[in-house]
Amino acid sequence: MTSFSEQPQTGFARGSLNRSSNSPRTLFNNLMNGVIFACGALALLPLLLVLSYLLFKGFSSLSFDLFTELPPAPLDKGGGFGNAIVGTAIMVGIGALISVPIGVAAAVYLTEFSKGNTARWIRFATNVLSGVPSIIAGVVTYGILVATKIVGYSAIAGGVALSILMLPIIVRTTDEALQLVSQDLRQAAVGIGATNYQTVLQVVLPAALPSIVTGVTLSVARAAGETAPLIFTALFSGFWLRSLIDEPVASLAVLVYNFATSFDQNQQSVAWAASLILVLLVLIASIIARFATRSK
Amino acid sequence: MNASAQGRQVDPKNRSEADRTLDRSFIWTTRIFAFGIAAILLWIGFQVGSQGIEALQEFGLGFLFTSDWNPPRSIYGVLPQIYGTLASSFIGLLIAVPIGIGTAVLLSENILPLSIRTVLVFLVELLAAIPSVVYGLWGIFVLIPFLGTVGRWLNEYFGWLPIFSTPQSGAIGGPGLLPAGIILAIMTLPIITAISRDALASVPKNLREAAYGLGCTRWETLLRVIIPTAFSGIVSAVMLALGRAMGETMAVTMLIGNSNRISPSLFAPSNTIASLLANQFAEAGGLQISALMYAAFVLFILTLIVNILAELVVLRVKRL
Repeated sequence: MTSFSEQPQTGFARGSLNRSSNSPRTLFNNLMNGVIFACGALALLPLLLVLSYLLFKGFSSLSFDLFTELPPAPLDKGGGFGNAIVGTAIMVGIGALISVPIGVAAAVYLTEFSKGNTARWIRFATNVLSGVPSIIAGVVTYGILVATKIVGYSAIAGGVALSILMLPIIVRTTDEALQLVSQDLRQAAVGIGATNYQTVLQVVLPAALPSIVTGVTLSVARAAGETAPLIFTALFSGFWLRSLIDEPVASLAVLVYNFATSFDQNQQSVAWAASLILVLLVLIASIIARFATRSK
Repeated sequence: MNASAQGRQVDPKNRSEADRTLDRSFIWTTRIFAFGIAAILLWIGFQVGSQGIEALQEFGLGFLFTSDWNPPRSIYGVLPQIYGTLASSFIGLLIAVPIGIGTAVLLSENILPLSIRTVLVFLVELLAAIPSVVYGLWGIFVLIPFLGTVGRWLNEYFGWLPIFSTPQSGAIGGPGLLPAGIILAIMTLPIITAISRDALASVPKNLREAAYGLGCTRWETLLRVIIPTAFSGIVSAVMLALGRAMGETMAVTMLIGNSNRISPSLFAPSNTIASLLANQFAEAGGLQISALMYAAFVLFILTLIVNILAELVVLRVKRL
């Protein structure tokens, strides 16, 4: 930067556009830069520690049998989490089956058909619902379905509990996806005589579909890792899935919870391997979801 | 227009009655589902509240202020759990808020090139994607032993401070309030960083440019212009993180020691409402279930208030 060394005109202050690197302001600036670099490093440190320890402990326990065998009892050798993977897949599937239609329909109403205040309050309710602790969702589902004996401790109860947690995510991401669809499309559809449902179902939703799928993927990733709702609704089971409505079902997350504090070394190693698989599933789903939205 | 089309009359067809009914019922279906979300929220509150009525009638508001949790004698009080919930969340936020805001500033300013920033943003999001039980598992095997070493050092030199004093039950290298607080810090950090970053990024560019034009350094701009402008967004981020920390169950249950006693020491085992529920629900019966539901209702109201306040802050800012 230039520095003015000649006599300035009257009325203008003389000065240099360079800042001295020893002035207190510069030093403070550099200090604070250093501070936030440290913050960033501290923020990423746990991620590094957790993932590396998980890889280290889980990888050594990995074997193909884990995917096909049932959970071991204490003092057993081997064993696996085959039924837990099936259970997680089924319960997350039931959760998605319930929450995706409801969530997408609600988001359609929010973006297409609602006006000012109504939309604001429903979005408010959605955001508050997303803050409800997962254990409360489990407790409520227990009260509605299990305590009243409509179903027993079962996959359906677990699926319903998970759907309560998935719903706000789906509504929010579908809402944003629909808002991004340009008005031109809607107006063109109306211009050729489409009714509301035709516009939405055949024009707007297909246009927003990639983002909606991303949202569903993210909510599936979250639901797969949830434990608290499942310990009240699906409990755990050492057997393969036999019934959807009256038998407890195993899940990866609950298996990790149960075996983590066990005194049996074998069960602990199964827990580590299950954690590794669970985290890999969740991470891959998150990465795919992020890449899908980024490539737009 | 070719010649053969000129002679044709085109009658605009009215929509058939069936079409119009179908359309109206479609809009009504979506409306019902949308209002259903608010209904679900209310129903959750109602469910938890109604199942706790029995305990409410038995213990009244004293439930919140007594410390005795004694199932065999049917005496219940959740003061230790409320203390544990608030204390662990407070410790978590104390650590996560400065680090989270610092990271948010790092990711919203152009100190680092954009490509590196994108990767870092993604990595911070990954922190949020790791399931709670995995954090608990890691905490048991890595965090607690590490904090045992740190804790013994703190106890030796600062043990005269109540928070670093030797706990009456449990041990310094065991589960307690400190490991639970730190794992909560790790779990709430992504929320604070993401929302604060959004708030900082949405500060209008001309404010920043005006500050630079007056000769401010980067940090003078940040501390005097940008962060004050984004302050309500940061506040709502902290409150959402608080709500999440209070409701966090699995990682905390595995690290907090599950002792129903209030102790000033950070190393003493404690309990939160969520872990109380997680531990005792499966084998509870009768009045104990109702007492647990009463506690769940308290937790629900606490997180509801925090989340509503966070939303109100955001709505107030948007109206400006």
